[in-house]
Amino acid sequence: MAKAGPIWVHGELAPDGSLAKISTEVATLARSLAEAGGRDVAGVVVAADPAAAAEELARYMPRVLAVTEPATADHAAGAIVGQRLAALIETEKPSYLLAGSGPEGRDVAGVLSALTGWGVLVNAVGVAWDDGPVVSMSIFGGKLTTTSRLTADHGIVTVRPNAVTAEPAAKPGTVEPTAVDVELTLPRVRIVDRVEAAGVAAPIEEARIIVAGGRGVGGPDGFKVVEELAEALGGAVGATRAAVDSGWIPYAQQIGQTGKIVKPALYLALGISGAIQHKVGMQTAGTIVAVNRDPDAPIAEFADLVVIGDLFEVAPALLAALRARAG
Amino acid sequence: MRIVVLVKPVPDTASGGERLRPDDWRLDRPAIPAVVNANDEYALEAALKLTEAHGGEVVLVSMAGAGAPDTMRKALAMGAASGTLVTDDALAGSDTVSTARVLAGALEGMEYDLVLAGADTSDGGAGVVPAGVATLLGLPYLSYAAKIEPDPDAGTVRVNRISPTGYEVLEAPMPALIVATQALGEPRYPSLKGIMAARSKTLETKALADVPLGDAEVGGAVATSKVLGSEAPPPRAATRVIREPADEAARQVVAFLAERRII
Repeated sequence: MAKAGPIWVHGELAPDGSLAKISTEVATLARSLAEAGGRDVAGVVVAADPAAAAEELARYMPRVLAVTEPATADHAAGAIVGQRLAALIETEKPSYLLAGSGPEGRDVAGVLSALTGWGVLVNAVGVAWDDGPVVSMSIFGGKLTTTSRLTADHGIVTVRPNAVTAEPAAKPGTVEPTAVDVELTLPRVRIVDRVEAAGVAAPIEEARIIVAGGRGVGGPDGFKVVEELAEALGGAVGATRAAVDSGWIPYAQQIGQTGKIVKPALYLALGISGAIQHKVGMQTAGTIVAVNRDPDAPIAEFADLVVIGDLFEVAPALLAALRARAG
Repeated sequence: MRIVVLVKPVPDTASGGERLRPDDWRLDRPAIPAVVNANDEYALEAALKLTEAHGGEVVLVSMAGAGAPDTMRKALAMGAASGTLVTDDALAGSDTVSTARVLAGALEGMEYDLVLAGADTSDGGAGVVPAGVATLLGLPYLSYAAKIEPDPDAGTVRVNRISPTGYEVLEAPMPALIVATQALGEPRYPSLKGIMAARSKTLETKALADVPLGDAEVGGAVATSKVLGSEAPPPRAATRVIREPADEAARQVVAFLAERRII
């Protein structure tokens, strides 16, 4: 009997053309699944200039296919990458494709699923192997964890940031430049401009530590202390919908039902009451510390540690204590 | 302009009553109050603003259970002109592949300049259906829009797509499918007039055969995934409360973080 099909990883690009951090985690996970299932494992990078990301991905897996795709230089990548992966799947016959669960991974997974009819298990917080991937996902904002599997012997899994800790392989793999000679038939979407926003930090989904501000922060000036604490802790800045809707901080930093779902090691919540719409975005964080004036705020029920007090007194004191500790 | 907005009734997160059926681990929808998926409301709001600026109308398309009309009336009350609901017993337990096929089937033969969809749903949370619908219909796919600017004369649309470092300005011919985000603006509350008007608006119900698809192509019987079980995560330990002056509180927080090896 021929060996069952390999497990593939979609190597996602960061805006600067390097490999996205999520792909190093997905690759680490795929490697352990391949070992458990006796499968081969490989990565695929489709980009106008895939070399740097493919080399980086090869630190995590034995084989990386690098597909040079000039069209992605000035066209939205999702549909193009999805088509290239569909064509490669046709010829190379992998069994599973793992991708990140962020915007890029979702776009590719949606296109690829429609082209191939492959099912998608989404937002994995953990993946085990039992004759195929068995996926844990957190639903209803962390109230329940379900385990699911694919009904066929192939499919797509999207993986949340921080599901595993990225670890390079014992020895680096090889990058294989790969040509895909199939016409792109889906309509292309032109990128006419790229605009950098001022002061954008790393994506909050990937941050190990998040310091977040809510209505209690009071205004854009109040976010300065949130930002300073984030910097002192080496973390990212998050916010509630109330803070975003008030225009104090960009939407990209919003955590909750209509924002990002995050699972950092530490979530430090300043002036956040912990309403359900926010809670569903952060309650699976490793440790939750809150500073709030109101001892009856909902967050006091699910945080690990709550400081009852004025955040404008506690936060600067915390900042000073952290700086003193760092020496 | 004619804009289709894809909407989904979802369990009301605020009700806190979401649960799975113990026999097949499917969402127990009838047991939980339903609302319009919050991200779909941003899509609807954006669509309404666009038709207010450029003329035309907004229509809704949904695939959902038989109880969906009540929820869809709420979206009609915000200002959509009419709606189409695909509902069929065979669709219970549908996966994202089926959902994309059914929505694409419902859109086939409709006339529109844009299709708007929410970034994901608060129940399934997959966020892969809009890309699937665009792919199946061969529509340009513009995701994670913070701004939508159609040029009806040129027949094109521009979208600011949120990126990790800012945004990309995308341009495509219409018709196109756009994934909306909250950055497009706060959804309006239905007016009393809107709520009254919604009662008499057309809400067309279609069965699977009308789309037209069969239960060998879509639905629970051909689902590509299955839930094996579910469990509540281990409860968090009891909350420790600090009521001390700021300096002492800060000292205790730092000690707590160090103890947990976070810093």
